[in-house]
Amino acid sequence: MATVEQLQRKAIQIRQDLLRLIHGAKMGHTGGSLSNTDILTTLYYGVMRHDPQRPKWEERDRFIASKGHSVESLWCILADLGYFPKEELATYCRFGTRLIGHPNNKVPGIEMNTGALGHGLSVSVGMALAAKWDGRDSRVFCLMGDGEQAEGSVWEAAMAGAHYKLDNLVGIIDRNRLQISGNTENVMGLDPLDRKWEAFGWHVVVVDGHDHAALLRTFEAAPEAAGKPTLVIANTVKGKGVSFAEHAPEWHHHVPNDEELRLALAELDAAMASLERSGQHA
Amino acid sequence: MPNTIPNRQAMCEALLELAETNADIVVLASDSRGSAAMAPFARAHPGRFVETGIAEQNIVGIAAGLAHSGKIPFVTSPACFLSMRSIEQIKVDVAYSGTNVKLIGISGGVSYGALGMSHHSLQDIAVTRAIPGLAVLLPADRHETKKMTKALAAHQGGAYVRIGRNPVEDVYGEDDDREFVIGRAVVMQEGGDATLIAAGETVRVALDAAALLVRRGVRARVLNMHTIKPLDEEAIVAAARETGVIVTLEEHSVYGGLGAAVAEVTAARCPVPVRILGIPDEPAIAGKTAEIFRHYGITAERAADEVVSLLRGRGAVGAARSGGAAAGGVADERAADMKAADAAGADVRVFRPAPAGPAAGGAPQ
Repeated sequence: MATVEQLQRKAIQIRQDLLRLIHGAKMGHTGGSLSNTDILTTLYYGVMRHDPQRPKWEERDRFIASKGHSVESLWCILADLGYFPKEELATYCRFGTRLIGHPNNKVPGIEMNTGALGHGLSVSVGMALAAKWDGRDSRVFCLMGDGEQAEGSVWEAAMAGAHYKLDNLVGIIDRNRLQISGNTENVMGLDPLDRKWEAFGWHVVVVDGHDHAALLRTFEAAPEAAGKPTLVIANTVKGKGVSFAEHAPEWHHHVPNDEELRLALAELDAAMASLERSGQHA
Repeated sequence: MPNTIPNRQAMCEALLELAETNADIVVLASDSRGSAAMAPFARAHPGRFVETGIAEQNIVGIAAGLAHSGKIPFVTSPACFLSMRSIEQIKVDVAYSGTNVKLIGISGGVSYGALGMSHHSLQDIAVTRAIPGLAVLLPADRHETKKMTKALAAHQGGAYVRIGRNPVEDVYGEDDDREFVIGRAVVMQEGGDATLIAAGETVRVALDAAALLVRRGVRARVLNMHTIKPLDEEAIVAAARETGVIVTLEEHSVYGGLGAAVAEVTAARCPVPVRILGIPDEPAIAGKTAEIFRHYGITAERAADEVVSLLRGRGAVGAARSGGAAAGGVADERAADMKAADAAGADVRVFRPAPAGPAAGGAPQ
């Protein structure tokens, strides 16, 4: 498993990859993919039991991208891990591609097709239940958006996860506080989100969603409460890593132009250099 | 002795049989184990039964997750809610993701006739058959329900099945050993003069209509289209070609259901007159199933009248056809008779029985 510094470097690389991907295709969900990159790199390189050579391995942990629109970071990670050839990324959103704008389980490494919000947690409950029945110690990780919490079906699944005591299930909320129309609290207030999930019977952990060390500790510790599913509220910044995209609702699906791409990649290069310097000091 | 076993009970019996040898069979219910008649399964296999409470979206999502892990889930939930409230989960989590989920819409059609449109499922066939890759089936009686349940368990892929609440009269004999094949219509009765196509509980009505028609000198073929999708197009084309007129009967809106599916095929491959009997475009009237059927003319009498009316209208069509099948020739001849009778202002019933027909009927009334 990767060290925290390796995860940090990987996250910078994936951010650069996804920006190039979106710039090349002239479409994508830039802000959300930048906000979930640290969560996904922690899961795929540091936490989950999985094998790119055996995507259907029965003992694997499952990842469900319930907020399916932020798929660009996921495509870049799966390609980087060897689930499919990196060259295929050039087909992203092109005519006839399997690398579409949402997860597609024709691609190795993707479990379920998502894109309609509020579906992933129910599906994850079914997978976690099957793992319990079959005596597998596989865990199921389900990443949701915070705007997605307005879908009623999320709460149907929340009830079922607690009712069936699925402590092999980890829900994660990418809590970047922005959805397409603006601040989540103005669109449809969610706070206190932690107390809502606690009231639904989940073990709730609030964590900095860009702190790889904290994310690692949290995911590795789950389940901390036997007989309860875990809900991780990962506080994130939409557009994280690119200064002019951070906290900007318009970057939900804004595509960087040539100049914006150049500036963004330069910022991330600088972040990488800074990491390397501090690594040498350590 | 009328049958007292509803199709849902027959399905539970079949699932209990299957579960003895197949540990992957699981049943889910949304506070509906009683109305789905699945309580015996829940008691026998508590470890393979999932209760979701009243949460139709969640039940389909959970089933998709179970299927993804190799289970064969049968979701039993009222058809009116399952086919509408959770249709997006059916589209995305079942059909699009390609999970092996069997969606059993119980108390379908107007089973809850007096409870109002919220509890009627009269659009479910239209909606589900437009979803790519989803099979759509309706069993006609308890015997077919059992065979269908076993075929579904062996079938890899998502399916929507609609079954009614109350016991229906058998259309198959106890020892009928015909194989049930998904996507292959059953010829319940041979006939060359016209075709009645039905599915689910209207198969009984179609058979009764065929019996009435015999007395009126018409030998109608009866097709049990238990699978609306994938549709047995060849059986429909053969019926159109060999009998020339088609009347469909369904417990569904006249839009987008069995009749529409049949007409799509005939329009493209063998244009013939098709009459669609079903529920018109309105909130269905309250009542028992039989009362509602009677109100909207989903009856043997009305179906028989429609056949006769189509045959009468087809006189010109028949004349234009040259060298049709032998059976078609008989119908054509009779159509000409009917035209003549019509011209004389006679009742449509005034026509002579087919040469091969029974002695009864055909006399002027």
